[in-house]
Amino acid sequence: MEQHRSHIYGVMAEFDTPEQLIHAVEKTRAAGYRRMDAYTPFPVEGLAHAMGLKRNMVPFITLLGGLFGGLGGFGFQWWANVVSYPENIGGRPLNSWPAFIPVTFELTILGASLCAVFGMLALNRLPQPHHPVFNLKRFVHATSDRFYVCIEARDPKFHIVETARFLQGLHPHHVSEVTDD
Amino acid sequence: MSASQPPIDSPEIRRLTPVLGPGHTFGSVTDKISSIVLTRPTSFGWYIGFALSFGFTALMTIAIGWLFTKGVGIWGINIPIGWGFAIVNFVWWIGIGHAGTLISAILFLLNQKWRTSINRFAEAMTLFAVACAGIFPLIHTGRPWMAYYMFPYPSTMGLWPQFRSPLIWDVFAVSTYGTVSLLFWFVGLIPDLATLRDHATTKSKQLIYGMLAMGWRGSVRHWHRYQSAYLLLAGLATPLVLSVHSVISFDFAVGIVPGWHTTIFPPYFVAGAIYSGFAMVLSIAIPLRKAYGLEDFITMRHLDNMAKVMLATGLIVAYGYFFEFFLSLYSGNKFDVFLVQQRLHGPYSHFYYALILCNILLPQSLWSYRLRHNVVFLFLMSLVVNTGMWLERFVIVVISLTRDFTPSAWGRYQPTFWDWATFTGTIGFFVMLLFLFVRVLPAISIAEMRELVAETSEEEK
Repeated sequence: MEQHRSHIYGVMAEFDTPEQLIHAVEKTRAAGYRRMDAYTPFPVEGLAHAMGLKRNMVPFITLLGGLFGGLGGFGFQWWANVVSYPENIGGRPLNSWPAFIPVTFELTILGASLCAVFGMLALNRLPQPHHPVFNLKRFVHATSDRFYVCIEARDPKFHIVETARFLQGLHPHHVSEVTDD
Repeated sequence: MSASQPPIDSPEIRRLTPVLGPGHTFGSVTDKISSIVLTRPTSFGWYIGFALSFGFTALMTIAIGWLFTKGVGIWGINIPIGWGFAIVNFVWWIGIGHAGTLISAILFLLNQKWRTSINRFAEAMTLFAVACAGIFPLIHTGRPWMAYYMFPYPSTMGLWPQFRSPLIWDVFAVSTYGTVSLLFWFVGLIPDLATLRDHATTKSKQLIYGMLAMGWRGSVRHWHRYQSAYLLLAGLATPLVLSVHSVISFDFAVGIVPGWHTTIFPPYFVAGAIYSGFAMVLSIAIPLRKAYGLEDFITMRHLDNMAKVMLATGLIVAYGYFFEFFLSLYSGNKFDVFLVQQRLHGPYSHFYYALILCNILLPQSLWSYRLRHNVVFLFLMSLVVNTGMWLERFVIVVISLTRDFTPSAWGRYQPTFWDWATFTGTIGFFVMLLFLFVRVLPAISIAEMRELVAETSEEEK
């Protein structure tokens, strides 16, 4: 790589199978690296565990969305029928709550689903049109048949030569530098 | 295969009819599915199919345009039959959509591997069916430009919609269903859009798929949250899909019209919805796998399973018919008894007999292993069931409305040319959207197929 003015984002190793990748990630973490990411063409079972990822915020955001949709939906119907436009129809109760349940239910689902999807995208910082890993020509295989691990330059243990040598020791297909721009 | 047929669901059967053809790798499934969209030349048959369905779509727009000009008088509806084809078609289309959600959500929660190669186009089918369904209540309102009245908005009149009415529940149920189906479908598509971006052959394709993929790069942190979101969506879509047709059945069940006012309606409508939906999935899957050579991905195992689901839900529907019939007689309510007589001997009895034939009698042939594995027969049977379910909606809507409580309120219903034009037009619209879909988006989830490759290669070890 001859682009001397660009910054290094990290070093990337490419593997053939998900098992090799999990093994490599475990080794990398054991070697003390923390600022790293793995890229796979499908969700690989056990990889999140190997990366040390714990629970994420998506379920909580979904719960909030569901509560907001449900309480908001019921509250609005109550307000419209009891406060804003109360109508006495043969002395029937204004807050006829069983009749409000279908709309409340639908809005609960709607709120939760919207929050699940947009919460997931926001936490993933998507849409993000560009990312340094796309600078690597071979990275197109990440959405098809290859498995990658990238140790990032911001890791305190990162040293361009040492890290590359370390990754080479895991018997990958390829090891490449990833530049920042 | 009949004499020495191994026991159902034995490992032997699984090996003979796998969910994925042998010898596939991550790369081969990616190439095979993405090539349909990216490199394969558009076939002559595609143009013919697209042109035909586009013609019917044009007919639909003409029919709707004429409706907007003249009003609902161009239809066969009258007093007392205010709900004609529009409602029949609405209920039918929404029902068809249900199988897509069932496959993508419920079978996902139940961890059924065979859903993988059929969920994508089944979800697309759901979306397109909901789009067709949504047209009908809208144009049925008579003044569709006032449709926003159905939503709660702060009007100068200070009025709100009637939240105690099933018709307003419908608005919320169908719009939520459409939105959630779209989200579910799109979330499933994101990794595949990234695949198409990375395999694109031209700059413009790369740009369009790239924008839609939003920069997806398959990071394990992203997948982690993605899987949570997908699982949650499946969990949310499951009660939703059961609620939607229940709410639609309330449109009928809350009314006091004989034949509508029964508590059996919600489960019976949902079963019917799944029944017709699986029939439609089969009607789409069989030509699709043939046209694009996808027999390795949509295997006989899939077709067999779908036929079994169809058979099972068909029996639930038959149970519903039986109890509708039985309870009307058992109740001794003279209007209900009269309605049963009208179904059997009234002016529309041929619709009722055709319905029994299409929905109950003919599908019993699916008990036969040999017939379930006859692709042409299965395709024809799926069309029969779709017809049968449409007849069911017709029987429910029209027979009840033509024979009310007092003979002076009785009437007849005759669909006009414009009724048929709108109905066949939406079928054309539906088929046209499917043609466009298979051409521009992967009809099978590539990411999930790779997962399936990983799982099956693990099993073989």
